[in-house]
Amino acid sequence: MKAWHFSENAYPYLPPADEYESIRVSLPNRVYDPEKGAALYDRFLDEWLIAEDEGMEIMLNEHHQTATCVDPAAPLVLAALARLSKKARLLILGNPIANRRQPVRVAEEMAMIDVLSRGRLEAGFVRGVPYEVLPANSNPVRMNEREWEALDLIVKTWTTHDGPFSHEGRFFHYRAVNIWPRCYQQPHPPIWISTTSPSGAARVGAHGYVQATFLTGFDGTRAVYDAYRRGWREAGRGNDVPAHRLAYAAMVYTAPNEADARAGAEKLLWYITSNKVPPHIANPPGYVPVQANVAMLRGAEHPLSAFRKSASVEGAIEAGIMFAGTPDQVYRQMKKLYDHVGGFGHLLIMGQAGFLEHDETVLGIKTFARELYPRLREEFPDTVITGTG
Amino acid sequence: MQRQVIAIAGVELEMYEAGEGPPILFLHGAQGFAPEHPYVAPLSERHRLIAPSHPGFGTSSLPDWIDSVDDIAYIHLELLDRLRLDQVDVIGCSIGGWIAAELATKAPKTVRRLVLVGPVGVKTGPVDRLDVPDIFALPQSNLQKLLFHDPERMRVDPARLSDEQLAISARNRETLALLSWEPYMHNPKLRHRLHRVTAPALFLRGESDGLVSAEYFAAYARLLPNARTATIAAAGHAPHVEQTEEFARTVLQFLEVGAV
Repeated sequence: MKAWHFSENAYPYLPPADEYESIRVSLPNRVYDPEKGAALYDRFLDEWLIAEDEGMEIMLNEHHQTATCVDPAAPLVLAALARLSKKARLLILGNPIANRRQPVRVAEEMAMIDVLSRGRLEAGFVRGVPYEVLPANSNPVRMNEREWEALDLIVKTWTTHDGPFSHEGRFFHYRAVNIWPRCYQQPHPPIWISTTSPSGAARVGAHGYVQATFLTGFDGTRAVYDAYRRGWREAGRGNDVPAHRLAYAAMVYTAPNEADARAGAEKLLWYITSNKVPPHIANPPGYVPVQANVAMLRGAEHPLSAFRKSASVEGAIEAGIMFAGTPDQVYRQMKKLYDHVGGFGHLLIMGQAGFLEHDETVLGIKTFARELYPRLREEFPDTVITGTG
Repeated sequence: MQRQVIAIAGVELEMYEAGEGPPILFLHGAQGFAPEHPYVAPLSERHRLIAPSHPGFGTSSLPDWIDSVDDIAYIHLELLDRLRLDQVDVIGCSIGGWIAAELATKAPKTVRRLVLVGPVGVKTGPVDRLDVPDIFALPQSNLQKLLFHDPERMRVDPARLSDEQLAISARNRETLALLSWEPYMHNPKLRHRLHRVTAPALFLRGESDGLVSAEYFAAYARLLPNARTATIAAAGHAPHVEQTEEFARTVLQFLEVGAV
């Protein structure tokens, strides 16, 4: 198993939540103090490098117009990390390609980082969460179709080496694609896709890309992995899906004693509790299927929105979206989910959120890396065959 | 009303029809068309009322190739050809008004008289302000206030709708976003084509319309060479639903007598 330190680069110094409508999209940026922001960037970069020193891999992501993740251009931070780090794999999860108007530009950015890092890039792609469509002015309808056309074009861009080719597709048009540099890794960096829906996962499985799922808990994760395996098998990729094709993202905090672990876990919950977003921003038309909207009109609620109303460390652990405690406790919590979902090969660790201070974050990283990670690597090799679904 | 489905360019187009007399093509707004809507009876009393559901609305299909109001205007022009109608009166509400305006610029001779009710489709105001409030970035309760003069009276309780009706309503909204997301609620080219629409046109606006402002409405009407305007009191963005009687009286007088 590989473990990845993931930080959203949040800016937590906000007015009381009842003074704003939404932490995303509409919160005025006068709230952001660039001095404090600069110190945060320094700190978060340092934490990634500490995680690398401790033997972990590095993961980052991208969101827009939000205090929850002040990384609106993840490839820029990735470029810095490519030079600052020396050995860690560098996972961007991911490039929001349903919202990026120039897929070839994304292919260029990724190829450049792959060369800068001498082949350490893991290139992740996402459709983009619903709150991203207003900042990107991106049509929320037919996003999946755009995402997949963009991805196929990016792969072709990476793997074409004999001069320009043209692309006249449904959403993107190019007359002469011939990027410089080409990728360092051949034929291209590993591709990751995140999705929390089974229908998306089947398609990812058919391509054999790495499937990541975020905070989907016991049954949600199982459904995503089962769909992935189904897609994998139906595409003729064989019967066995190795663990290194599957990743799970959770809030994780490990400390030597229960009191410190509890305190860290409480602060990590900010990741969920801070996410105040009204329905008209959280659910633009067309983002979810018609039937899901009908269910919402009948009162259905997203599991994470429901959880947010009474968020607790115990509830989060019970739901399988958080592993927190001493190394032994974290091990047991994680293994319970691991067994329930049929195994996975990557643990994406949301290891910093909100007011979890630098020292606390580092304690979590070091305790995990020294006291637990060796055991996970040994007991959960990423070549193991997953699931039976 | 008679319902039929006509195949046009990959669209299974749902169409309702009622009445006899000079034909009216009715192009619905974002909420879609339903035969039980109150304006159907007065408009079909002395006219042949033809009301298609736009592709992606009602039960009309939405093929992949369709993603603009421009596309839909061509579908409805083809519908008129299939019905062997050389000339019709056209009524378009809201985004249906936009479709009607596009249709009229493409085939001006097809339109005998044109009625645009709270229409969108052009950009008339400054660069740094949306001409039409962003309906996709508003809480539902605020939107209701912009849509209706009396939002409480016009409120629809989702609990009283069937799953099928809710699905149609969610799909209508999805298609609306597809068509109007960017550029938001307008085609930048349209204003430069409206000079072709020489048929007498009536612009109708509910006095309390919070989406189509009086200023926007007047500026839009000025882009057509032969347009007049009228206002309906105690109505918002859908005067045909909120003040059906006054709406029908005004429209029929314009279509039949040429006056308002």
